[in-house]
Amino acid sequence: MDIKEIKSKFPIFKNKINGKKLIYLDSANSSQKPKTVIDRISKFYSKEFSNIGRSVHSLAVTATNRFEETRDMMQKFINAKHREEIIFTKNATEAINLIASTYGDKFIKEGDEIIITELEHHANYVPWHFIRQKKGAIIKFAKCNDKGEVEIDEIKKLITNKTKIIAITHLSNVTGAIMPIKKIVDLANEKKIPVLVDGCQGAPHLKIDMQELGCDFYAISCHKMYGPTGVGVLYAKKKWLDVLPPYQGGGGMIEEVKKDHITFPGSPTKYEAGTLQTAEVVGFSESLKFIEDVGIKNIMEHEKEILEYGLDEIKKNNSVKIIGDPKVRGSIISFTIKGIHPHDIATILDEDGVAIRAGHHCCQILHEKMGVVASARASLGVYNSKEDIDALSNAIKKCNKVFNN
Amino acid sequence: MDIKELYQEIVLDHGKNPRNKNKLKSFNKEAKGHNPLCGDKIHIFLKLDNDKKVEDISFEGEGCAISIASASIMTETIKGKEFNVAKKILENFLNMLKESSKLRINSLSEDENTTMMSLSGVKRFPMRVKCATLAWHTFMHAAEEKKGTANTEK
Ligand SMILES: Cc1ncc(COP(=O)(O)O)c(C=O)c1O
Repeated sequence: MDIKEIKSKFPIFKNKINGKKLIYLDSANSSQKPKTVIDRISKFYSKEFSNIGRSVHSLAVTATNRFEETRDMMQKFINAKHREEIIFTKNATEAINLIASTYGDKFIKEGDEIIITELEHHANYVPWHFIRQKKGAIIKFAKCNDKGEVEIDEIKKLITNKTKIIAITHLSNVTGAIMPIKKIVDLANEKKIPVLVDGCQGAPHLKIDMQELGCDFYAISCHKMYGPTGVGVLYAKKKWLDVLPPYQGGGGMIEEVKKDHITFPGSPTKYEAGTLQTAEVVGFSESLKFIEDVGIKNIMEHEKEILEYGLDEIKKNNSVKIIGDPKVRGSIISFTIKGIHPHDIATILDEDGVAIRAGHHCCQILHEKMGVVASARASLGVYNSKEDIDALSNAIKKCNKVFNN
Repeated sequence: MDIKELYQEIVLDHGKNPRNKNKLKSFNKEAKGHNPLCGDKIHIFLKLDNDKKVEDISFEGEGCAISIASASIMTETIKGKEFNVAKKILENFLNMLKESSKLRINSLSEDENTTMMSLSGVKRFPMRVKCATLAWHTFMHAAEEKKGTANTEK
């Protein structure tokens, strides 16, 4: 794979940051966008825009078609069985809230149990907390071990007759641990418990196949997949879409409105209330094309190579401690440096054009478990190379120097 | 722009060996401060006597070098000063990080002035200004007995 060529497709890398070349290691937060995606949005607004699904004029038809074609592409990309299983949301957070709220309202009662893990992003905890408060339900946390992974037995242990849903991350945005989703789904299936997967970090870095994984719900943020902000996807198995209530009410999601009653259409319409982020969804079709052109297998292999190189290089620095050491891991390295707060690390790295994230990465439970308040995180995308890792290790050495460590 | 402008020796020293980082045995006011964006936390303990003098002040907390250094420098600078003077110092400090880059306070000794000025580099790092101001806002919270936590995002 020619990384230089791939990188050249991303206009952002032509800019200088603090006079230096941009070394972007924050793709787990949000990835950069290829020119094709940026241009697609501009073309859509220049030539094809109007609101979708409402008017009969030609532009409305074109816009609606482009929007719905993206749904078809997404269906194929994640191998969902039906196109109506693809619901556009504003991000993964909204996708998870949609399920927590609708499924929670209908199926979770007082004393019922929700299983999540200590690895979860706040996006896959807080929505369940709302249901806990509203319904008097119980949230059980599957324990994460000191390698930063959750063993399947830890989940198995928590399952009871009161378990109503298992909500787990696909790939931890802190330790990089990849969860054995298929095995967890098999386990849950024995007891007919639905499984929601937070696929935020899974979708950009792994081959995802809904029919093979077998999960009931899968939440995606397209801005982490080289796509525009404002677009998320909720995959939900058809059998649920037929029984779950609508989420938000408004225009576009109704069938018939009378003064004394309202009826609703099926999915996805039922779940896409109001005017949607049309241009961004259409722009996202180019992200899918980009990923398919490069090939997800190639992306996975490339990121694995850079990750392993990165882990080796960073481990050479004695003052650095990497958070977690999962057996199966994706392209994320969170770390701390002895005596230097992660925010100071991020500021010093930024001076050299190295963009990382510092903080708790919306995972306070996990950081507490790992015994740190915050960490620095370098995360990879398809455009990263070994030189980026070298720049990172040099910048880390500079931190030691500034702090006279 | 040199990173050493931000991490001046005085700042690093206060960050690594913070002064007054403990819980006062006797205090009559306290407040907690929180910067939810980066997780910095601070707890200020304050003894204001009847004449409105900062008789004693200390802090506990966790955060980056800038926030700890700033808390340390603040406690060192305002301890023993009249509350009105402390307030003036605070205003000038905030102003230094926002607009001017100089302090204009007659009541500070040259040493105190140099120490406070060591934080002026923060001005060039907008993302870090809140780290530097957290302790100061929390101090005012304690002094004026405001309810709740001093929060940089509110
Ligand atoms: C694992 C995980 N879940 C959920 C989210 C939330 O994504 P968004 O803010 O795009 O909804 C993120 C992104 O930060 C994430 O990494």
